[in-house]
Amino acid sequence: MRAQGVGHRYPGGTLALEGIDLAIPNGEFVALIGPSGCGKSTLLSLLAGLETPTEGSIVSAQRPAVVFQEAALYPWKNVLDNVAFGLELRGVSKAERQARATAALKKVHLSRFAQAFPHELSGGMRQRAAIARALVLEPDALFLDEPFAALDAQTRTLLQAELLTLWQREKMRVVLVTHSLDEALAMADRVVLMAAQPGRILEDVRVDAPRPRDPRTSPVLLALHERLLARLSQEVARVAAVEYDTDWSAPAPAQELLEEAGSGI
Amino acid sequence: MLRGGFYCLLVGLWWLATARRVWPPYLLPSPKEVAVSLGEALRDGSLLSALGTSAARVGVGYGLALVVGTVVGLLLARSRPLDATLGSVVTGLQSLPSICWFPLALLWFGLNERAVLFVVVMGALFAVILEVRSGVRNLPPLWLRAAQMLGARGPQLWFKVLLPAILPAFASGMRQGWAFAWRSLMAAELLSQSLRRGVGHLLANGRDLNDMALVLGMMGVILALGLLVDALLFRPLERLILRRWGGTLA
Repeated sequence: MRAQGVGHRYPGGTLALEGIDLAIPNGEFVALIGPSGCGKSTLLSLLAGLETPTEGSIVSAQRPAVVFQEAALYPWKNVLDNVAFGLELRGVSKAERQARATAALKKVHLSRFAQAFPHELSGGMRQRAAIARALVLEPDALFLDEPFAALDAQTRTLLQAELLTLWQREKMRVVLVTHSLDEALAMADRVVLMAAQPGRILEDVRVDAPRPRDPRTSPVLLALHERLLARLSQEVARVAAVEYDTDWSAPAPAQELLEEAGSGI
Repeated sequence: MLRGGFYCLLVGLWWLATARRVWPPYLLPSPKEVAVSLGEALRDGSLLSALGTSAARVGVGYGLALVVGTVVGLLLARSRPLDATLGSVVTGLQSLPSICWFPLALLWFGLNERAVLFVVVMGALFAVILEVRSGVRNLPPLWLRAAQMLGARGPQLWFKVLLPAILPAFASGMRQGWAFAWRSLMAAELLSQSLRRGVGHLLANGRDLNDMALVLGMMGVILALGLLVDALLFRPLERLILRRWGGTLA
């Protein structure tokens, strides 16, 4: 899967992405991170084949599947039928798709709720169902667009660990868009740091640390965290300076402030 | 319980007013007289045949309005240029009382079933269109993106995602459309006495014969029918859909 010289302009004319070169080999876990407006979600849509870039070329995965920030389950279908929907659209027989959907639900530990309706589930459960709905397609690339952003901290940690386990078992590509540097460093093989206006790749860093990782104790991760956070903070400050123009003055050491706030950028 | 008691009290007051002759009987007949008048209309078959006639008219007109309204509503929701043009006409015409179409229908079709049908369709159509349109408009965009991601194309997107997704809006459009269709039919029947007799005609008949008991009786029948269909058909349907879709009835 690769993007070559990809640029993307929104219908309004805004340049969202420029000069993106990115290759993701099979089985790799890549995290896209950057300030809001850097086009990381757009890049994910392009890579997943949901949109076509206005410039450059994309070779997408054969069987991409996407998990969005919200589960986007259909309220008129129970969890099992939601998970099986992709197979239904492909004309898979009812018996087979129910069996495969049940298996996918087991992978995310949700098979007890197969008959429940989405509004009966918690946010974390809904996101599990959305992951199962993607897994049932047996994707060779799983795209996740800030999948845990709307969840509480405990649920988020749990789902991150489960996603890692799933990835290690299924050996597919994973592209994770996230706001959280901690999340990226804890999970990914590679962290791609993006900049805004126009969206472009600033750094593409390999994370060489064994899993399970603890970004708070591993020296490698701490060093990476510090370096990437500095770049990210610079970028956030630069964007703020452009966006707010003269209204904005850098709070004397802006970097420290951002660092205190941890990785919640 | 409270409501039932209140209605009993109303009938009681009515009875008292007639027993005390507060108004002369030709202006306010007693509950008993109204019941007798209705019973007579039932016995001689005129009420049942009128009910059948009106039901057939409203059924056909409402059905047509549902089909056309759904198609137009979907088109408006999915096409910006169409919505900017035809959509504004629909929004404007929605506020035109449907009986105002009657003179036009008379000149176009003559005083016949088609004129009445036209008024009923016009009465229900715009409400259905607008509900369907707003139903599609208010869909979460992610539902469509998810469908696209899962591989829904063309007709699948319409029949497996869009249409089921707008069912709650469609149900409320059905309910509103029904109320408009029934009112329009009654107005049209009051103004078209030479046609086959529907319940609206029986009501007009009562007026012509100075038969206040028949007038009140038919008013009761018309009201009861509108409410009954709403309570027995559309409300349960709307509730069912909303419960399944995870919302609650506002």
